[in-house]
Amino acid sequence: MKHVAGMRPVLHAEWTKLRTSPGTFALLVAVVVGTLAVGASSAALSDPAPGADLPKLSLTGVLLGQAVVAIVAVLAIGDEYASGLVTVTFAAMPGRGRVLAAKATVVAAVLTVASALAVAGSVVAGWLLLPAGAVAARPAVGSLLYLVLVGLLSLGVATCIRGPAAGIGTVLVLLYALPIVNAAVADPTWQRRLERIEPASAGLAMQATVADPVIGPWKGLGVLALWSLGALLAGAVLLERRDA
Amino acid sequence: MNAFADTLRSEWTKFRTVRGWVLGTLAVAVLIVAFGLMPGMRGTCGKTGPASECALPTGPGGEEVTDSYTFLHQALTGDGEITVRVAALTGRALGDPDEPGQAVEPWAKAGLIIRAGTGQGSSYAAVMLTGGHGVRMQYDYTHDTAGRPAVVATGAPRWLRLARHGDTITATESADGGRWTTVGTARPRNLPTTAEVGLFATSPQHSEEMHSGLLSGAMGGPTEVTGTFDRLGMRGGWTGTAWHADVIGALVDGPAGGAPGPAGQSGPAGQSGAAGPPARASGFEQVGDTLRLTGSGDIAPAVAGAGGLGVSITQTLVGTFVGLVAAVVVGTGFVTAEYRRGLVRTTLAASPGRLRVLAAKAAVVFGAVFVAGLAATAAAVVLGRRVLTGNGVYVNAVPTATEVRVVVGTAALLAVAAVLALALGALLRRGAPAVTAAVLVIVLPYLLAMTVLPGDAARWLLRVSPAAAFALQQASTEYSQVANLYTPADGYFPLPPWAGLTVLAAWTALALTAAAVSQHRRDA
Repeated sequence: MKHVAGMRPVLHAEWTKLRTSPGTFALLVAVVVGTLAVGASSAALSDPAPGADLPKLSLTGVLLGQAVVAIVAVLAIGDEYASGLVTVTFAAMPGRGRVLAAKATVVAAVLTVASALAVAGSVVAGWLLLPAGAVAARPAVGSLLYLVLVGLLSLGVATCIRGPAAGIGTVLVLLYALPIVNAAVADPTWQRRLERIEPASAGLAMQATVADPVIGPWKGLGVLALWSLGALLAGAVLLERRDA
Repeated sequence: MNAFADTLRSEWTKFRTVRGWVLGTLAVAVLIVAFGLMPGMRGTCGKTGPASECALPTGPGGEEVTDSYTFLHQALTGDGEITVRVAALTGRALGDPDEPGQAVEPWAKAGLIIRAGTGQGSSYAAVMLTGGHGVRMQYDYTHDTAGRPAVVATGAPRWLRLARHGDTITATESADGGRWTTVGTARPRNLPTTAEVGLFATSPQHSEEMHSGLLSGAMGGPTEVTGTFDRLGMRGGWTGTAWHADVIGALVDGPAGGAPGPAGQSGPAGQSGAAGPPARASGFEQVGDTLRLTGSGDIAPAVAGAGGLGVSITQTLVGTFVGLVAAVVVGTGFVTAEYRRGLVRTTLAASPGRLRVLAAKAAVVFGAVFVAGLAATAAAVVLGRRVLTGNGVYVNAVPTATEVRVVVGTAALLAVAAVLALALGALLRRGAPAVTAAVLVIVLPYLLAMTVLPGDAARWLLRVSPAAAFALQQASTEYSQVANLYTPADGYFPLPPWAGLTVLAAWTALALTAAAVSQHRRDA
């Protein structure tokens, strides 16, 4: 009971910080607009062959949206380190793990709202611009969960690395550079192996509806969830061990 | 100028004394080399004894060539002239006997040729009828001259003539055997007095673009062409009837295309390059005066990609993307850290010219990343090629100039990207959004062009976005006379290399200008 009582003010504080920090709202708008814009223009530009993965095509914008999601999450902790606010935060709320949990909660909450809007918009755009069959439930729900999990992964990574620039850099390597490197691996066995364990390629298996993905959709999302959980746990451990 | 030198020195001192930036710059180098040496690609070249060595024949200019065709020839000395009428061309896809009535491959060729010898890669000049590109004169693999358009349907034959005068070969063609039009003249590089003269037929690998979901690729397979010739005649010093038919560069050493195929290592999904045509002793038959030559392969420069074999040296630079992120983090941090710590006020108090400070910062970041990047790309290409070759993967040979351009160009790409990041950092003043923006504008267009977007949209994006700079990494040359898919996904970019870098540099200049304007207007 004491624990629950202790969690509320922390959540409240984190919510106030996130809500009032400059740029949060603009970034959340950017998640929606960026995802929609890339998704809609990919749908409009493509002339999909019969049998193409239409739901996935309409959700291409997630490739951009994930980066903005990562910024929101990285800044949630990175800005505190950059400005030195973190020392005040921990003086007021010494339970560091609890602070991280509260941050994860509020970040996940706002990202859920923004991602839901972004995904819903992309689905509508796909339904308008693409031939029939572009709307499917699992890719849409999967993309929403994917974006939220990417946010949590970014929060965990940024907690470990602390500097916002280096933190976002690490996240961008995970999300963008590794898939490109992976595509260049010509040995098919290794390629499949790597695609199964990389956060982006495994998580995006949720979007696939026709091609045989290297990993089952929910299993892939589970891999991403493990990455997020692992990053957050590592962040929590480092928070306890290190000086702020 | 002196003031600039002072500013430059103070910025350099800042850069080299902050551990994070030095480590970040080193990370650029280490990541590129590490990913370049990453094992994981395996081939069979040279792995199963000396006979399995992979090497493409090289042409007179030193370039790698594909040289396989069916050849009806005899040795002829001195000057002379040979004429033939092409009555028909018919095509067939190999490896799929259930698919009859296949159209002739656009770059299937049948016609007359004069060659230094029957060895692969020897100097030649030829006049030919193609499946879809009319009459052409080609010589020494890389040279191609278009003649008049022509489609050989039965009933509309085409006359071809090849004349030798000293070292000069003249190709002419005619629709009726009466009025002749010159297609072109050529001086092949090494044509001996006694050369092999005769008829040839060959047809390249068929490939077409394929899109399925997020994966683009190529599919296709070997094809063959049958040229039906008649009215073969010689004049002006050449006589003789002792014709030999040979299938040059076929089967013995590899799949269609005549080039040795590093099996177990193939390009994009669905490529069926390994299925060779069924063995055939001779692609020649004669019925009365009618000669039929059936051939498969090509006489052309070898290309990488869907229609080609092996990998290019660009494969060793895959770490560029990871290195790029590190370079961008360094570039952004070099300016945003000053805002974060308030150091920028000291900097500007000491050196009030804000543009000068921005320029000095840009110069320092450019220099540091360029030097680290150059060392890394040179090491990655040189060592990475050894790793690939050691793993039995065939790496396409490239001219030294191309290799230097790829190495230096990649370093320049990283350095310019770091400056772009610096400009965005000065503009946004916050590290995370600046890093993300810089990485996204460079990497996202590349990613979209390589995966989701269809060819045209992909090419457009790689012409106008900062990702155009990746054209610097293109190692293979695009030949319009060689059937291949020249898509970005296969490593062919729409812009010439340095034009691509110019696009990135232009975006960077734009961002720097915006940063300078905002620096000028805003308080630090």
